[in-house]
Amino acid sequence: MLKRTAPDTHITIRGLTKSFAGHPLYTNFDLDIPKGQITSIFGPNGCGKSTMINMVAGLLPMDAGEALFDGKTLAQTVIGYVFQNYRDALFPWKRAIDNIKYPLRIAGKSKGECDARTEELVQSFDIRFDLNRYPYELSGGQQQLVSIMRSLAVHPEVLFLDEPFSALDYEMTLFMRDKLQDIFEATKTTMILVSHDLDEAVYLADQVLMLTRRPTRIAQVVRFDAARPRHPETLTSDAFNRAKAQCLEVFQREVRTKDIAT
Amino acid sequence: MKDILSGRFANALTPAVGAVAFIFLWWLAAWLKVVDPVLLPSPQASAKAIWDGFVGGNLIKDLIITVRRTLLAFGIAVVICVPLGLMLGSSVRLYRSFEFVIDFFRSTPASALFPLFLVILGVGESTKVAVAAFGAGLLILFNTAYGVMNARKTRQAAARVMGASPLRVMTGVTLLESLPQTFVGMRSGVSFALVIVIVAEMFIGSTDGLGQRVINAQMIFNMPEMYATIFGAGVLGYGLNLIFILIERRFIHWGGK
Repeated sequence: MLKRTAPDTHITIRGLTKSFAGHPLYTNFDLDIPKGQITSIFGPNGCGKSTMINMVAGLLPMDAGEALFDGKTLAQTVIGYVFQNYRDALFPWKRAIDNIKYPLRIAGKSKGECDARTEELVQSFDIRFDLNRYPYELSGGQQQLVSIMRSLAVHPEVLFLDEPFSALDYEMTLFMRDKLQDIFEATKTTMILVSHDLDEAVYLADQVLMLTRRPTRIAQVVRFDAARPRHPETLTSDAFNRAKAQCLEVFQREVRTKDIAT
Repeated sequence: MKDILSGRFANALTPAVGAVAFIFLWWLAAWLKVVDPVLLPSPQASAKAIWDGFVGGNLIKDLIITVRRTLLAFGIAVVICVPLGLMLGSSVRLYRSFEFVIDFFRSTPASALFPLFLVILGVGESTKVAVAAFGAGLLILFNTAYGVMNARKTRQAAARVMGASPLRVMTGVTLLESLPQTFVGMRSGVSFALVIVIVAEMFIGSTDGLGQRVINAQMIFNMPEMYATIFGAGVLGYGLNLIFILIERRFIHWGGK
């Protein structure tokens, strides 16, 4: 029997099943992801955080199950995806600006529409560097900015982010978190963020999805309702610390479970 | 003085040191008559033969003929084997099925196939070109396939997630992703085609081309002429390689970055 769906749900995942080499990772996994919110996914190593978003985004086949977006299939839905490794995700044979236009071209937009949308993105991101350069001529942070712009070019309904800032230095990470928050506030795009940094997972999220060790289930969903925009000071606020402490408790319980089991 | 030696001037001259030393040793050996002068003419005599061959003689004509055969063989190899390599490389199962056959023929000296091709195609232009194309093609084929197989999957995934069709991923991403490796194959392929064409010109009933010119000069003991032709073949091989490196740098600007 199918689980009921919460009213503000955007993505419904039902009966998701996946195993690797005979080891079950997900068995009959159900999940609702709310619309217009940032959902962080956090859990022990190897619990399949990235695997899950890759399956939902259609990059990896499910063994069984389905994911629907407002009742639509993936093919009927516009999504964006930001990879962890921008160096391997951007097209080095295209200039940065043409990387951003790529998804628009795929969607069959005219040259004028591509230019207009790119200009809009440049304005809203307040880009100061030369987008006519090739990706390898840009710094890591600039490259990841270009990938984020590329993922947003088509006005995605859902944005997937797989550890998007983990390859950046701390200064750039703080800057990019705030950029992402600005975009979120401006567009209210549903975002799913995989992070291995608990501070980041909580700081950006409306809810943190805490996963167990494999076979993976949801250990707990921790809400974090601090007002936006959040600032670095948020990181020291009581509400933040409470949410983080709760996540940490769940996390440590999950890690210990494994120690007892083995 | 120190500035001149360590400056740009010296840097520009460094690559010439080996060549100058080589010619000097050659001249020394010829002058001291270490080897029979008939077998080893002086650099001056060889230079004159090269000059005469290029300006008045038909060295240049033979060179052009060899270039034409080499490029024709290479062109055929590229047209057939790049798409084939892309196809093989994009399916691991398909590649595994053909891996042995490709490896086997790649390891078989292409020159051993001359008799076979002679039987099939006869003593003519087509045999020379076909054997060269065959050898070059296998090099291009497996390099392209490897390029595709070892291409990082993230870019293909990125294109797919942005809604690109499989064909578009193939032509717009996979092809470009494998291009650096394909170029390695093309560069070795063109050198290989040149080797095969010259051997073919020497031994399978040829009336023109650099290979035939070398062997003719050797038979009538015209050593300066022979050295001139060898030099011509060297220039050709080096030149083709250089052209490929330049094209590679221009078109695969992202290689290794």
